[in-house]
Amino acid sequence: MNSVALTLSQKVWERHVVRRAEGEPDLLYVDLHLVHEVTSPQAFDGLRLAGRRVRRPELTLATMDHNVPTTDLDRPTADPVSARQMEALARNCEEFGVPLFPIGSPEQGIVHVIGPQLGLTQPGMLVVCGDSHTSTHGAFGALAFGIGTSEVEHVLATQTLPVASPRTMAITVTGTPPADVSAKDLILGIIARLGVSAGVGRVVEYRGEAIRALSMEGRMTVCNMSIELGARAGTIAPDDTTFAYLEGRPRAPKGAAWERALEAWRGLVTDDGAAFDHDATVDASGLMPYVTWGTNPGQAVPIDGRVPEPEAFAEERDREAARRALAYQELRPGTAIRDIPVDAVFIGSCTNARLEDLRVAASVVRGRRVRPGIRALVVPGSARVKAEAEREGLDRVFSAAGFEWRDPGCSMCLGMNPDVLAPGQRCASTSNRNFEGRQGPGGRTHLVSPAVAAATAVLGHFGTPKDLD
Amino acid sequence: MEAVGRVVGRGVPLDRSDVDTDQIIPSVWLKRIERTGYAPGLFSAWRADPAFVLNDARYAGATILVTGPNFGCGSSREHAVWALEEHGFRAVVAASFADIFRSNALKSGLVPVTAPATTVRALIRALERDPSIEIVVDVEARRLTVPAAGVDVPFALEDHARMRLLEGLDDVDLAMRHADAIAAYEGTRPNWLPSIRPR
Repeated sequence: MNSVALTLSQKVWERHVVRRAEGEPDLLYVDLHLVHEVTSPQAFDGLRLAGRRVRRPELTLATMDHNVPTTDLDRPTADPVSARQMEALARNCEEFGVPLFPIGSPEQGIVHVIGPQLGLTQPGMLVVCGDSHTSTHGAFGALAFGIGTSEVEHVLATQTLPVASPRTMAITVTGTPPADVSAKDLILGIIARLGVSAGVGRVVEYRGEAIRALSMEGRMTVCNMSIELGARAGTIAPDDTTFAYLEGRPRAPKGAAWERALEAWRGLVTDDGAAFDHDATVDASGLMPYVTWGTNPGQAVPIDGRVPEPEAFAEERDREAARRALAYQELRPGTAIRDIPVDAVFIGSCTNARLEDLRVAASVVRGRRVRPGIRALVVPGSARVKAEAEREGLDRVFSAAGFEWRDPGCSMCLGMNPDVLAPGQRCASTSNRNFEGRQGPGGRTHLVSPAVAAATAVLGHFGTPKDLD
Repeated sequence: MEAVGRVVGRGVPLDRSDVDTDQIIPSVWLKRIERTGYAPGLFSAWRADPAFVLNDARYAGATILVTGPNFGCGSSREHAVWALEEHGFRAVVAASFADIFRSNALKSGLVPVTAPATTVRALIRALERDPSIEIVVDVEARRLTVPAAGVDVPFALEDHARMRLLEGLDDVDLAMRHADAIAAYEGTRPNWLPSIRPR
């Protein structure tokens, strides 16, 4: 390593260069390749067709998450097309020797929840997955990004990937957020201010005291939605919070290896004097809980706000997008966010289905009832999260309040399993995308934090826990 | 991947920004395990509207999609590229592309043409007036030319990506040539890094 000052992501990048040649993208080595049933079947077919094997099956981990039903797991999957895709993954993993956590396994879960909880995601690693929310793993100071199916095949065959060098961007979050502002609100606020394409071509490093103060779960929520900012990846430098989270996890280093790893991890910070290509600063003390009103994650306002008037946007591109979004969402400009009623509440997804998220939501609904007529779902991020939550009695809190307590999976975040909105239904969702039809054709999604989702379930319209007092 | 040197054809104007891959191919189509069969899913929700541009017979057979900035944002699903290709598109012209979509397009041979926003807007207006306009995407020269709309601009395409498109090269083959470098790198990896052998 030379003496040039480097950013965190540049350091991780440099440590993974297998081959560098003028005029070509760097060939990078992949430390961990996560695989799920949706974006992998054609990649395995490609290997078969070319007579190739998986180079490092032990650096590859597969699970089933996108299609899995979240009820009646003891019965066969009702949707034959979903079942066929999951069977294909099981066959492929068997044939190529790839470790798999299938439905019913105690380690099954959303791919971005199980990597960290097993201690597989570690600082300085290069992590890829055929899923855009791979950015989640950047919370550990890893360089982690989503790839397409052709690239999945490439990584399976070679454990490497040619990648064009991204630009760097620092997003510094200063100040102390108000008590009711969660990590989700923080990232929604950042996207609302910077826009959904602010990060295109860039790896974002989140910095500043408000980021340092976050738990690992909160940091994962922030990094998870880096892709909603358009960023290739999001990272946060590892610190004592990171190390405390990792120590003792099943796949984290132990004994002398832990000490050696720790020494290396402590160097994973952006050097003094290293320059970012772009930077932005957000003052956390001015943030509030956020609710999206439109059909992209940047179309969000604080919960005290109103549905905006499309003509108020400065750019024609934003005016047109707002007009389209309001027509799809059937919302009128000027409507107070708190006056918008919902039909459904979804607490889940790789953004907000870890134990900490469920604890927060449970604390809000404890002793209260979901408003009659509202369908409310809690879908834990993994079997392990589910088991831990049940040990704490959170399942009983949710059930007593009228929530459905489900089995783990991606579920209503993208509606590939039976958990979908009916056309026209409106949902307060802790997930990451409010695109048209995302939670089911004709469904309307509003992205919120777990606390706001829980309060909204009780109120029947958007609100925060304070509104329940 | 098939080699692609030039794409010459008519264009479809899709005047929307931030078109996400959930719109290009809704998730219900992602349950397939085959590489084909995605054309009916292309923009399927939007195509339910008879006024949607892909339902306009005047644009039938067009091979170049001309659209707003940040095209292909959201999900990493390569199925979006496959659906566009299967429908007959060979190139997409936009002011900007989401990273993963662009990378997927290049892997599959769908040419992503990044043109100045003003050029794209002018081209969209021209196509709305006259669907018969001929568009030329020259990968070799890295130029977008639309004589009828007065467009003749260079577009950015990395040398390596251009070479791959022109020669129809397979990335895995290219990387396999560096098996020695990969093995050498593997010898330098710290031994604390995790592996998922059954314990």
